[in-house]
Amino acid sequence: MDRAATAERIAVLIAPFNKKGIAVTDATTFSGDLEFDSLTVMDFVAAIEDEFDIIISMNQQAEIETYGQLVDAVVRLQG
Amino acid sequence: MSGAIDLFDKFQPIIDMRAGLLASGVEDPFGLVMERVLSPTVAICNGRETILLGTYNYMGMTFDADVIDAGKQALDDFGAGTTGSRVLNGTYAGHKAVEQALKDFYGMDHAMVFSTGYQANLGIISTVAGKGDYIVLDIDSHASIWDGCKLGDAEVVPFKHNDIEAMEKRLKRIPEGAGKLVVLEGVYSMLGDIAPLKEMIAVAKANGAMVLVDEAHSMGFIGPNGRGVAEDQGVLDQVDFVIGTFSKSVGTVGGFCVSNHPKFEILRLVCRPYVFTASLPPSVVATAATSIRKLMHAGNKRAHLWENSRTLHAGLKQRGFQLGTEAPQSAIISVIMPDLERGAAMWEALLREGLYVNLARPPATPANMTLLRCSLCAEHSAEQVQTIIGMFERAGKATGII
Ligand SMILES: Cc1ncc(COP(=O)(O)O)c(C=O)c1O
Repeated sequence: MDRAATAERIAVLIAPFNKKGIAVTDATTFSGDLEFDSLTVMDFVAAIEDEFDIIISMNQQAEIETYGQLVDAVVRLQG
Repeated sequence: MSGAIDLFDKFQPIIDMRAGLLASGVEDPFGLVMERVLSPTVAICNGRETILLGTYNYMGMTFDADVIDAGKQALDDFGAGTTGSRVLNGTYAGHKAVEQALKDFYGMDHAMVFSTGYQANLGIISTVAGKGDYIVLDIDSHASIWDGCKLGDAEVVPFKHNDIEAMEKRLKRIPEGAGKLVVLEGVYSMLGDIAPLKEMIAVAKANGAMVLVDEAHSMGFIGPNGRGVAEDQGVLDQVDFVIGTFSKSVGTVGGFCVSNHPKFEILRLVCRPYVFTASLPPSVVATAATSIRKLMHAGNKRAHLWENSRTLHAGLKQRGFQLGTEAPQSAIISVIMPDLERGAAMWEALLREGLYVNLARPPATPANMTLLRCSLCAEHSAEQVQTIIGMFERAGKATGII
């Protein structure tokens, strides 16, 4: 799946977690802009993992701070 | 000198939280001093005689006469400490004896004793799962399990608490050829709930994983021989590594791993939290060995502990408290508080009544709950449990929790 298609599917998944309804761009950060706490991160990561049938380990999550980095990681993890 | 950053700035949110809590006038829940300890269930705390209901001293072994005698004898015979690592000068006859007691208790081939349970998890998890391997673990795992993951080089993959399907999905997504370690607990100490180990271990094994189960909160009273939740559910033979502690049912301090793995003994040479720290003092291993052997024949105490757990659970539920489990599943009864402020107020009201429970707060708690964790002891009398229920009722009404 290419980057655009992946981003489109992630955009759908992120909506229920985007409590303040902010406009999400590649530079949007999860902890800062979206104010995700550790519980939200777990649920959100699980949703992404199930949608794409991938694993995003904690080690990989540590490298992902922005929405753009997440999309890139998911593209890469789909192989 | 401009621009020097105070490395303590990162602690400001917790400094503020603590200051806010103390400003409301409550006694510091994290600064309690036990001035004298009269028995496994009673101490003088902050000047008051207090019933202890938050010590994890499940079997009341801390004041067992045989246990204390064994410790005194070892102090006389072997001195106050070993001043050395298990692999250098720190293995005494007592360390071998306590490992033999563990092998006998669990019916397993190998036992390795660490200086704490925290270090047992740290050491075994970080050593067994290496680079390129995957650790699949419950999201509500104890801090020592998470720290074991952090210390090692494996990929760490958490799943939703006790969710068999979520665990299975993650196991199936692990790349072909990678080593897998599933890490579970028998009893989860925050809510006192147990894991569906039978189902989870079957899924782990079907997917080629090795299994580690932390049985810190079940030793001595869950399972036909007190070996824990895995034994109770008939799957102990499927568990590759059992982690345990001496700091709860055994009544002293120390940690261990027991296993039937044929190559287990090599861990003594490669496990850093085992090698690079001093071994337990002779008195501690002597008390532990004596206590473990007594726990093998503690049927009556076990039955009374379960009675206490059922009575407290029913009593608190009947008075309108919200509890961590629908029915009592362990010797931990967790009372859910509406928030930290009222939880701390309730904790203090109980202390003034003469009752000590554990206050647990975010982020250590699941779903960021504030909990009053009660752990029962086989030495709590039936009258003490009734007294405790009365204290909860008065404190709960005074603070508006019920
Ligand atoms: C589940 C669990 N594992 C391990 C430990 C660590 O035990 P210890 O007190 O021996 O370090 C504890 C206790 O705090 C625990 O609750």
